[in-house]
Amino acid sequence: MEDFFELAGQKFRSRLIVGTGKYKDFAETKEAIEVSGAEIVTVAVRRVNITDPNKENLLDYLDPKKYTILPNTAGCYNADDAVRTCRLAREAGVGKLVKLEVIGDDKTLFPDVPATLDAAKILVKEGFIVLPYITDDPITAKKLEDIGCAAVMPLAAPIGSGLGIRNPYNIRIILEHAQVPVIVDAGVGTASDAAVAMEMGCAGVLMNTAIASAKDPILMAEAMRQGVEAGRKAYLAGRIPKKLYATASSPLDGILN
Amino acid sequence: MRFFIAMRVKINGEERVVDDGLTLTALLESLQIRPGRVVVERNRDIVPRDSYNATSIDDGDTIEIVHFVGGG
Repeated sequence: MEDFFELAGQKFRSRLIVGTGKYKDFAETKEAIEVSGAEIVTVAVRRVNITDPNKENLLDYLDPKKYTILPNTAGCYNADDAVRTCRLAREAGVGKLVKLEVIGDDKTLFPDVPATLDAAKILVKEGFIVLPYITDDPITAKKLEDIGCAAVMPLAAPIGSGLGIRNPYNIRIILEHAQVPVIVDAGVGTASDAAVAMEMGCAGVLMNTAIASAKDPILMAEAMRQGVEAGRKAYLAGRIPKKLYATASSPLDGILN
Repeated sequence: MRFFIAMRVKINGEERVVDDGLTLTALLESLQIRPGRVVVERNRDIVPRDSYNATSIDDGDTIEIVHFVGGG
C-alpha cells in the first residue's frame, strides 16, 4: 500500500524526522540517520569556530541531495533572532523549509507563543515553508495554520525529557481541527511513544535526544523507525474499540461437553 | 604606492586585525574556511555567495560566519 507523507507539496516515504544533535561524532550521526529511514533531518545554525575552522562539516556526512535539510532556530529567544537565523539558513542553499522555534525559557524550553506567531508571519511572507514548534495548544495551532504554516508541531513533552505524550487529549483536538500535517515534536522517549503519536493520526514524529542519547543510538534509530511505521499502520488499519468486558476469540459452537 | 593599513574587525565575536582592502573571499581564505559550506553576514546583512569577491571589508565591520551543526 502506498502511503506518502505530504509536506508542502513534497512526498516522503518516512514519517520520522530526526535531529542531528548530541551524537558522539558525525559517523554515528550518519549511521543512526540511515538506519532511522528518515528523509528529513534537522540541523542548527551556529558560528564557525574561526580558531579551528578545519573541523569537518556536518553536511560532509549528510548529503543535501539525499536528505531534506530542515534548519532550526534553536537557541532563539525572540522573533528577530529566529527570522535572522532562517534567512541565514536559506542562504546556505538547502531550501526554504525551516523549523521555527522561539524558546521562552531555558528550564522548560517551552516556546514563546506570541513571539512564534510574530516570526511565523514574517517568515511566511518571505516565502519560507514554516514548521513551527508549539505547545500542545489547539488555539495556537489554528492561528499558525491561518498564518500559512505548512504544518504544526506540538510538543509531546519538554524537549529532551523523554516523557512521551503528556496530554493526548490536546493532541487529539489539534488533530481534529488541523488542515495541515500535525507532527509531534519533542518529548518522545522510546518507540512506543512514537507509535502512540502515529496511532492517534499524527502525520509524523520529530525527535533527536531519544535516539542520540540512547545507550545504543543505532538500535534505537531502528526501533523508532519501526515504532513510527507500526503506529502509522495501526492508525490506517483502524483499531478495535475498547470494551470493559471480554469477547471470546474462539467460536462458542462445537465446544466439548 | 599603496600602503596596507591594518583594520580592526569583529569576526564571530572575536576582535581581529586584518589588512585594509581585504575582500570577503580573501578573508575566508585567510581563515581557511571553505566558502561553499558557510553563510556570511556583514554588519547584519547577508552577503550573497556570488558577491564575496566584490565585497571588501571595512574598518569596524562586524562579520558573522555561520554553518550548519548538529541540532534537533
